[in-house]
Amino acid sequence: MEAIRELLDDYDVLAAFLVTIRLTVFSAIFSLIIGTVIASMRVSPIPSLRTTGSLYVNLVRNTPLTLIIIFCSVGLWGQLGVELADRDSGTFLVDNAFRLAVLGLSVYHSAFVAEALRSGINTVPVGQAEAARAIGLSFVPALRLIILPQAFRGAVAPLANVLIALTKNTTVASAIGVAEAAALMKTMIENRADVLFAVFAIFALGFVILVLPTGILLTALSRRLAVQR
Amino acid sequence: MSEHDVLFDAPGPRTIRRFRIINIIALLLIVGIIAWVVVGLRNQGQITTSKWEPFLTGEAWTSYYIPGVLATFRAAGVSIVLALVFGIVFGLGRLSQLRLVRAVCSVVVEFFRAVPVLLMMLFSVRFYSYYDLVDPPQLPLYSVVTALTLYNGAVIAELVRSGVHSLAKGQREAGLAIGLTYGQTLRSVLLPQALVAMAPSIVSQMVVIVKDSALGYIIGYSELLRQGNQFGVAQQTVFPSYIVSAAIFIVINAILAFAAHSLARRLRSRTGAAIAAGTPQVGGVGVGGQTT
Repeated sequence: MEAIRELLDDYDVLAAFLVTIRLTVFSAIFSLIIGTVIASMRVSPIPSLRTTGSLYVNLVRNTPLTLIIIFCSVGLWGQLGVELADRDSGTFLVDNAFRLAVLGLSVYHSAFVAEALRSGINTVPVGQAEAARAIGLSFVPALRLIILPQAFRGAVAPLANVLIALTKNTTVASAIGVAEAAALMKTMIENRADVLFAVFAIFALGFVILVLPTGILLTALSRRLAVQR
Repeated sequence: MSEHDVLFDAPGPRTIRRFRIINIIALLLIVGIIAWVVVGLRNQGQITTSKWEPFLTGEAWTSYYIPGVLATFRAAGVSIVLALVFGIVFGLGRLSQLRLVRAVCSVVVEFFRAVPVLLMMLFSVRFYSYYDLVDPPQLPLYSVVTALTLYNGAVIAELVRSGVHSLAKGQREAGLAIGLTYGQTLRSVLLPQALVAMAPSIVSQMVVIVKDSALGYIIGYSELLRQGNQFGVAQQTVFPSYIVSAAIFIVINAILAFAAHSLARRLRSRTGAAIAAGTPQVGGVGVGGQTT
């Protein structure tokens, strides 16, 4: 206990977890947007869009996140000169690494969001789609007004799993120098190996605190939101 | 999947024509995006023979990629075996009749499912080196295996538990009726059936393990990603080296996913209660698991 208090005084653990949370929130928003587009493409009547959608999901899902994140930094930025922040701003390096990490996390998790939404679409009974067609809605309105609203409600549980995985996966951003929780833990563990277990306990607990309530909350939400059939 | 065809009507002649036009526009758009990327890469000098030729040499494969793939397999293979042992022990622990055993196993399983794999890896490296438990050259391998075992073992423990729960009630009752104790029923009647039913899920967990082994890159384990990267730096073909590593990972994982899928299909015809399998989970540093 004494060691933990001392560690918390010496290092700004809260700030590191704040970066973790920011990574999670931004990546969650972007991967939800990309994932929705991909899922819509996969159920559309247009063959080329369908093929592209499933190709995207299958390629991204089978690639390690570490590879994607490091590729964003070394490949996109280092080799191709893609910069996502203003070079003249004082915080160029920090902002650029953060945004590249968000890009990588979003691309990776969007594939899983698309899969979650597709499983959500599968929970919508055939009759709903048939009814939508019967009242004369074409594909896009039927998807937008009838199918997707129900699909999102049915997909809350799988989406929650993706969000939880995303929260934990933000630690990979430390590989490209984002100062989030895992990066701070690495520093602390190097400097204070004598209190190794206390350091690990702090960060493990931090993630348990982030992940468990999200899980409980979203499981409850998914029960409430699931369409009663 | 059957939903696809229900979402839109069987198209009439006019709609077919419209779909065809949209299809061509979409195709042009996609080809356009790909062309834009390729031209961009060309302007950056990434699509030249000098950048890609090194991958055709024997050295690229014998000294870099094949050792990398083998190292990835070694870490993943050892991890899945240890994770199975861990998972069965703690999965059965969670089904124990003793409240204390159940509680301890639940806490352990939930803890390792909630903590990112990378944190466990970083911790293992320092733990083994600080207490001098492992030969320094073996340090990264041991750390990767430790972290992957703990996380995936916890996931498998959950699979064991849900597998046993999904079996028909009569199996347990039959075991008890012929005079087996609860523990004997669990071990010799329920567990074997649960393990068969969850085989596809274990194979798809392999995909997660293979992907997560790439985290070893961060702690200096010479797996596929690191070996490919080293080759790229040595030959000054960094960008293509990532593409090649990614392609190898994708092929390995696609084969595993296919194996899981066909295993699930074969089992479904054999047993009624095959566990919903095959949906590969969010890998990376960890999965949310089935439920959290």
